Amino acid sequence: MKLQENVVNKNEHFGFLDEYAKKEIRRATLKAVAIPGYQVPYSSREMPMGRGFGTGGLQLTLALIGKGDTLKVIDQGSDDSVNAVNLRTFIELTCPGIDTTSTTQSADLIQSRHRIPEQPLREDQLLVLQVPYPDPLVIVEASEDKRKQSHGEADYSRLLVKLYEDLVKFDEITISHRYPTRINDHYVIDPSPIPRWDVSKLNQSPALVLLGAGREKKIYAVPPYTDAEPLAFEDVPFRVENFDDDTGQRRPCAKCGATHTFLDEYVDSVSGDKVYRCSDSDYCEQTLRQSVERTLELTPEQEKQQTALTESATKEVIHGHGHG
Amino acid sequence: MGYVAIKGGGHAIEGTKAVFDYLRARNGDDASPLGRDVIENQLRLLHARVLSEGGVYHPKLASLAIKQAQGDTLEAAFYLRAYRSTEPRLAETAPLNTGAMRVTRRISSAFKDIPGGQMLGATTDYQLRLMKQELLDESPEQFKAVTQGWFEGLNIDSIPDTFPKVVDTLRESGLLADAPHHTQNSQDFKKSDHHRAQHSAPKAEQTPFDITRQPLVFPVPRSAALATMSRAEQGSLLAIAYSNMRGYGDIHPTIAELRVGYVPIYLPHPITAKPMEIGEIEMTECEVVAMYEEQEDGSGSSAASNKPVFSLGYGACFGHNEVKAISMAILDRALQIGMRDGPKNPSEDPEFVLLHVDGVDSMGFCTHYKMPHYVTFQSDMDRLRATQKKQAVKSDDTAEETV
Repeated sequence: MKLQENVVNKNEHFGFLDEYAKKEIRRATLKAVAIPGYQVPYSSREMPMGRGFGTGGLQLTLALIGKGDTLKVIDQGSDDSVNAVNLRTFIELTCPGIDTTSTTQSADLIQSRHRIPEQPLREDQLLVLQVPYPDPLVIVEASEDKRKQSHGEADYSRLLVKLYEDLVKFDEITISHRYPTRINDHYVIDPSPIPRWDVSKLNQSPALVLLGAGREKKIYAVPPYTDAEPLAFEDVPFRVENFDDDTGQRRPCAKCGATHTFLDEYVDSVSGDKVYRCSDSDYCEQTLRQSVERTLELTPEQEKQQTALTESATKEVIHGHGHG
Repeated sequence: MGYVAIKGGGHAIEGTKAVFDYLRARNGDDASPLGRDVIENQLRLLHARVLSEGGVYHPKLASLAIKQAQGDTLEAAFYLRAYRSTEPRLAETAPLNTGAMRVTRRISSAFKDIPGGQMLGATTDYQLRLMKQELLDESPEQFKAVTQGWFEGLNIDSIPDTFPKVVDTLRESGLLADAPHHTQNSQDFKKSDHHRAQHSAPKAEQTPFDITRQPLVFPVPRSAALATMSRAEQGSLLAIAYSNMRGYGDIHPTIAELRVGYVPIYLPHPITAKPMEIGEIEMTECEVVAMYEEQEDGSGSSAASNKPVFSLGYGACFGHNEVKAISMAILDRALQIGMRDGPKNPSEDPEFVLLHVDGVDSMGFCTHYKMPHYVTFQSDMDRLRATQKKQAVKSDDTAEETV
């Protein structure tokens, strides 16, 4: 993102990739931004980690990061997941002069697998998502050649038929994640395996979202302030994951108490009970820290009121685009 | 609670590296580390396979990769590929002349007598697969004795360096179409060209497709298919080729020639631009001949000479690897049929074959399933529970006996 001294030392090149590779990725990225949702093919170099471990996202990050940038890497919402640690270590190693953080607000470049942070992103931030399957049509058509034609014609009828058949067979649309999402009224994308919960965050996002599929050799984008609309029917609206308990109450996070986040379900190894916690670990910790700070200052009654207030306020910010 | 929730994933990762390396060295004080030349010579075919799948001819690094990966071919080839990513492409070599190969082995199953004769060379083809128990406790003396006196009694001068190619003989006899000749601007590959096919129409692509610099967007030219198969994972290539041999396809190949040996590589001199030999590579090349087919004009003949000719499939890879070269040659033929007439079998479908034979891709994606998928599984459970709930309500409504 900034001009950089590209030769770190004789043997190690800044950002691992040679400059021709970076140039190609940047050009593909520009094209992806210019044609929202279109899958731009690129040659995709082999990285020193497994295809399927985020090599598409990694190539984007390495082609875009520069000295002085602050990077956050998450996997399953967590900065401490083994794969996030592995990717971050590799990027730190090959990109001297960058900073890393786990705080969403402090990062200008965020690489993520399977989640979009709960904290709303800003215009000056860039989100890179790792993609295993770039093409939403793969569930109805195996041939890439034929799929390419359907995309060109914006023909997504077979996907809609699949959704309809789900309703007939199961009374529910069974697509749980990687939910087909129409970008800027034309191309339908696979938004990467984010939960349905995160799909609305793409819509009119102030931050640029780049999606990179290393093994399948595609780059595509949801540019800032662009419409992103999950496929649905007029009478069957798109629905996100439901975290209500049997009585219809929204389950809170067992750690921070938030009732407006995507939750991970655990089985408590001691009691055997199901426990729910925020999947976004940074958001969970920030919420917890804030409530601890408040507890120190306020009486319990005041605190309760305060929590309720901030929660509803945050809820509005996060789910301002409708669903949730 | 799984490895997302645990803090300090970094320590865990360091631990996996340490224990992996420990296993390499654990066989005790008497053991010595594997030397580079030991791998290159005593594990010759493993080394060749890694060179070929790694797609970069670097014998020293291939040995290192095998040592580091503890013999896992997929991993070792992967190290070479990742190394390759850091290197810019600086120059292009001219097409190799395999007719000038310094041959160590060449056979033809088409003719008993071929110009220059059959030369069996090193092969396990006719060996009885019985255990050579004496190799279990081979002494250094016995080991050295294998090579001592090897050249005694051999009239080295009587052995030619190279042999004429069998396909040239076939071409001279009018049994095979002429070799493709280069045409202008054929790198602008178009679908119409693609349907005209390259199998007997003597037209070659001017600039070969570089799969390391361009993604495969179908339809792809034949050079892209050949390059992809040349560095494909051997087992994957064999499996798909075998499906064709068994009956999911109809190639029925005859090996016109299989040759193994060393080919010199030339690069233009940086100042004079004169081609200079920069070294040689070991490679395996296979040409299979298949039955003649009806041509585009329905006459069953080659466009040039207007008479029926055999069709050709080509395979070549780094190192000594005959199964791979033969599989590739069969698939080349199958893919040419598929490109022309549309695929009737998986082995004739360019997308199916070319997108599923790369070891680095397939093993990476297979391995990635070991990573946490908690978020997506949470979504899956949400869908299943919602469906279960609705169906339960439904069956309550109908109030029937069976569940």
